[in-house]
Amino acid sequence: MSVPAVERTPPAPVAHSVTDRITSVVLQRRTPVNWYLAFAFSFTWTLVLFVSVTWLFIRGIGIWGVNVPVGWGFAIINFVWWVGIGHAGTLISAILLLFHQEWRTSINRFAEAMTLFAVACAGMFPLIHMGRPWFFYWMIPYPATTGVWPQFRSPLMWDAFAVGTYATVSLLFWYIGLIPDLATIRDRCRSRSGQIIYGALALGWRGSARHWKRYQDAYLLMAGLATPLVISVHTIVSFDFAMAIVPGWHATVFPPYFVAGAIYSGFAMVLTIAIPLRMVFRLQDLVTDWHLDNLAKVMLAAGMVVAYGYLMEHFGAWYSDETYDRFLIYNRQTGPYAATYYALLICNIAIPQLLWSTRVRKNTLLLLAIALVVNVGMWLERFVIVVTSLHRDHLPSSWGMYYPTIWDWATLFGSMGLFVTLLLLFIRFLPMISISEVQEMAHDQAVSHEEVM
Amino acid sequence: MFGLVFFPIVAVGLATSIVRSPYQTEQGIVRNQPVPFGHEHHVGDLGLDCRHCHESVEKSAFAEIPSAEVCMGCHSEVWRDSPMLAPVRESFQSGTSIKWTRVHDLPDYVYFNHSIHIHKGVACESCHGRVDKMPMMYRDASLQMSWCLDCHRHPETNRRVGDAVFAMGAVEDAVATGKTAESKTNCSYCHR
Repeated sequence: MSVPAVERTPPAPVAHSVTDRITSVVLQRRTPVNWYLAFAFSFTWTLVLFVSVTWLFIRGIGIWGVNVPVGWGFAIINFVWWVGIGHAGTLISAILLLFHQEWRTSINRFAEAMTLFAVACAGMFPLIHMGRPWFFYWMIPYPATTGVWPQFRSPLMWDAFAVGTYATVSLLFWYIGLIPDLATIRDRCRSRSGQIIYGALALGWRGSARHWKRYQDAYLLMAGLATPLVISVHTIVSFDFAMAIVPGWHATVFPPYFVAGAIYSGFAMVLTIAIPLRMVFRLQDLVTDWHLDNLAKVMLAAGMVVAYGYLMEHFGAWYSDETYDRFLIYNRQTGPYAATYYALLICNIAIPQLLWSTRVRKNTLLLLAIALVVNVGMWLERFVIVVTSLHRDHLPSSWGMYYPTIWDWATLFGSMGLFVTLLLLFIRFLPMISISEVQEMAHDQAVSHEEVM
Repeated sequence: MFGLVFFPIVAVGLATSIVRSPYQTEQGIVRNQPVPFGHEHHVGDLGLDCRHCHESVEKSAFAEIPSAEVCMGCHSEVWRDSPMLAPVRESFQSGTSIKWTRVHDLPDYVYFNHSIHIHKGVACESCHGRVDKMPMMYRDASLQMSWCLDCHRHPETNRRVGDAVFAMGAVEDAVATGKTAESKTNCSYCHR
């Protein structure tokens, strides 16, 4: 995944103000009323999630709309959607670091947090989709007394490993990046409890040259470890489908097409978070229009790869001359779920073409609207892949329809509530922009500016 | 850094050993019984056949715990006044069973059938151990699923012919070496 050509030099923020600005959000004595309002709203939805999952555990997955022939419904759609969203965070923090794209510094921290929370939401869905979720640990090859191992030939097994690795590496990467900033907050914190908590989390960071050397080595190594995961995790998620023989799933284009889709939806989510965030906290000089412009360009590029994926699905069906593959495309366009298919084309291909225009990319609100449309579009894409492929497969006698129940919707919106709740807690208690990296960048630019003078 | 490596290894090692220890498997642990029945005496010293008391072992899933009538077959003549046998006489007269403590108890989600194992030549001692050397009954095997599968995956060495199935101790010439051994390891064969 190459990054479109962008200017390397963002407008320089002033170094000494950066620390004050970012830490003040965490250290201010009073939590803003708006934060409480937002938290109340998102936590209500988190409670909806708790209620629907509790009811699910009491009654079983029969409360969802899934049944033969559509055995995979919202849970898998949501899983793929959330995992995909996470990918942009890793791409921004790891790949852009290795490519020396310095503009990533003011967005990587919350993009990584977004990854973590998205993976947390994603990981929940396959677990609650199990009939007996308390046996989820059977997927781990632990030294059991049963004498049997997990089924390593199953893509769902690979999934457990891929997502598990991804969550672990993302958490470590994010945490390592946080350490110098946690130390900054520890030093500026005036309350005793804050000093103890942030002090413990800072792991005794003193900012010596040796600390910085080791920190940067570790950070670079973690970036190297995280980079292949951007590609591998969603490739394996796509294997959940591509390894099956269901028409509409069994396609070699799936891995790259899924990875592009993941980056597409992830950048849409980064924009969805960045735009309100910089408005509320007045961070326009750190997360500049220029940053949003870059994000929009990457999103557009990823969207074009996704469009190519759609094209190849159609081409493959036509070129293979395979009855069932051809019927699948025909059924997508004219079957009972045709509306979702056309909505998907509008959301993911038609509307994002506006991003070719610089005027659109500079219009923050319009950009936010397009990002939201892409978020919806990518969710619809997974709906089309999962539901329309399953509801009419090889055997016409077992064709059927899938209708999500109230619990399907409650779980979906509840997971969004959980995501926003975690994000709000993160904004309140941790520096949402990397202080040390932004300072380093500001310093470097000040030095090069003096040299030019 | 040392702790990061050390403690997870110790934790996993500890958990792994505890679930395999007699604390979990009850291997070698003698349970209290209402009557101190000694297999060592009845099987080892007197040479009773297993089927004398566990009569249904060849015919049914359950090996049968003998009723007081079976005990009284002998004990109306020998040790007829022993205080140790008072619960047996009481059971014989009242008709209510003695409440033995079960030693070999599989979970309810496992289907197990004694008769097919006997007919396929699996010796009593393969699972129950040398009961002729047990003054009081205890579990010899772990009864864990991996233990079942050890045999089901390689049944050859545990199969015997004829009455050797009920014999105790090494009966090497009785091992059914010539037979092809096939065994079921399908999940739903036992977890029905």
